[in-house]
Amino acid sequence: MSEQEVKNLEEIFEARIARDEKIEPKDWMPEKYRKTHIRQISQHAHSEIIGMLPEGNWITRAPSLRRKVALLAKVQDEAGHGLYLYSACETLGISRAELYEQLHSGKAKYSSIFNYPTVTWADMGAIGWLVDGAAIINQVPLCNTSYGPYARAMVRVCKEESFHQRQGFEIMLSLCNGSEEQKAMAQDALNRWWWPSLMMLGPVDAESVHTEQSMKWKLKRKTNDELRQQFIDQTVPQAELLGITVPDPDLKWNEETGHYDFGEIDWDEFWQVVKGHGPCNKERMDARVNAWEEGTWVRDAAMAHAEKKNIKVAKAS
Amino acid sequence: MKNENLYNYILGIADNSLILGQRLGELCGHGPNLETDIALTNISLDLFGQTRSYYQYAAQISGGGKTEDDIAFLRMERQYKNVLLVEQPNAHFGFVLGRQFLFDVYHLLLMEKLQSSSDETLVAIAKKTIKEVSYHERFSSDWVKRLGDGTDESNKKMQEAIDGLWPYTDELFQLTEADRIMVSDGIGVDVSKLKKDYLKRVSEILKEATLKIPESKYFQKGGKEGIHSEHMGYLLADLQYMQRSYPNMKW
Ligand SMILES: [Fe+2]
Ligand SMILES: [Fe+2]
Ligand SMILES: [Fe+2]
Repeated sequence: MSEQEVKNLEEIFEARIARDEKIEPKDWMPEKYRKTHIRQISQHAHSEIIGMLPEGNWITRAPSLRRKVALLAKVQDEAGHGLYLYSACETLGISRAELYEQLHSGKAKYSSIFNYPTVTWADMGAIGWLVDGAAIINQVPLCNTSYGPYARAMVRVCKEESFHQRQGFEIMLSLCNGSEEQKAMAQDALNRWWWPSLMMLGPVDAESVHTEQSMKWKLKRKTNDELRQQFIDQTVPQAELLGITVPDPDLKWNEETGHYDFGEIDWDEFWQVVKGHGPCNKERMDARVNAWEEGTWVRDAAMAHAEKKNIKVAKAS
Repeated sequence: MKNENLYNYILGIADNSLILGQRLGELCGHGPNLETDIALTNISLDLFGQTRSYYQYAAQISGGGKTEDDIAFLRMERQYKNVLLVEQPNAHFGFVLGRQFLFDVYHLLLMEKLQSSSDETLVAIAKKTIKEVSYHERFSSDWVKRLGDGTDESNKKMQEAIDGLWPYTDELFQLTEADRIMVSDGIGVDVSKLKKDYLKRVSEILKEATLKIPESKYFQKGGKEGIHSEHMGYLLADLQYMQRSYPNMKW
């Protein structure tokens, strides 16, 4: 293809996106579009799978049968999200094995929030309420993103994430309506998860490398700072409803802007965790790598068995 | 308690679902791939669902404001009536699937018979459960076949698991005192009569899986009487942690 031809294709492509048409796997797409989407969708898929671990940590210790069942189902939903997203990613011409390899080698990133430990039961409430809450804010705009398989996966995912968010809030509510110990547990969880949740919405706009291109492709419809403000505005009244305090002395309603003003985020902490030095980065990676390595003989056996069966069928016919 | 035998009989069935569900719950997020992770979590969810139905019924029989959670979380180890088989640890995936398979075949036979109980609530639970359990049995026997008739390594591992778990199978067919009374009342199932069909079904699958049927004549028992393996205390420490640390609270 000549340079001119590629340029023409690119123009047609950008015009389709501008008209809100969906791009499908078989359509022509610029290499950069493909790569950017592989990166973002796989990061998202990895986050779902790594995200199973901090909550999985409390399945065996859930305080009631009802809560245990709800938590198991939630963590299982996250596995399902991982599955749809890996499938969406595979439509861009990369295999699941390659995607795992990128995760296990540390080449691919995942959401940093999952590198914090879950130390009490209240963390199951705080994660659902804040982390799934922030995820929804990030993801709802993606239901209209330009790449068809991703947009469709996000519609399903978002429905379940809002259910998770309500479930998490409901755990917090039970704690806040409970004993002094329970209420203290809820406050402690908010203290620990508040700032990492704000960081989940990404670095400040000035430092965000991908924003402009991503906006054009509808991979992003609002900037990180806008999303963060939306999250804070939505969450602070919920904390008030619960009767617990957001751990930010600078947090204040601003009559003029119609938004909450908030304090300085510790970006050094953010980058430390992103670079692999958070409290649980190593544990999370080890857990994934172990599960994968210990599962090798099982996956090999399943393949060998399927082959044997195929041969039998072939011989019989 | 007016109906202590029925209460104990229900717990004898339900505790197996609770403890096996708990063991599977440990694996969530750590499976060999996403699909099996999701499938095992499904089984765990089914088992906990069954547990709740049984315990809610048992709590009602017991009266005195007892709840499903009191029964699940606030007994001493000696009061849990599950068989030794279900408390065996997740040593490797062969043990997980082997344990599941050896329990599912029994569980399916039990649910078939429980549908003819004279107790309406148990019949209703059995009718719902049997659909779930036939899926579990298909899933676990398929995996036993895959791993048995897969690679040399998987065959060795699956055989190791079946051999290791086999001594715990005979306990499934022993009758407790509550069982005997419930059988004579027309409520309970005489599990000793399930053994023949069980061995037949298990042998069929193992044969198809190119695995050897263990020949050992030495079996372990005790779970049904509350005498558990050394693994059980740790399982219960996790299970009961919140209820023991924070008594009398709502969650
Ligand atoms: Fe998710
Ligand atoms: Fe997500
Ligand atoms: Fe979620």
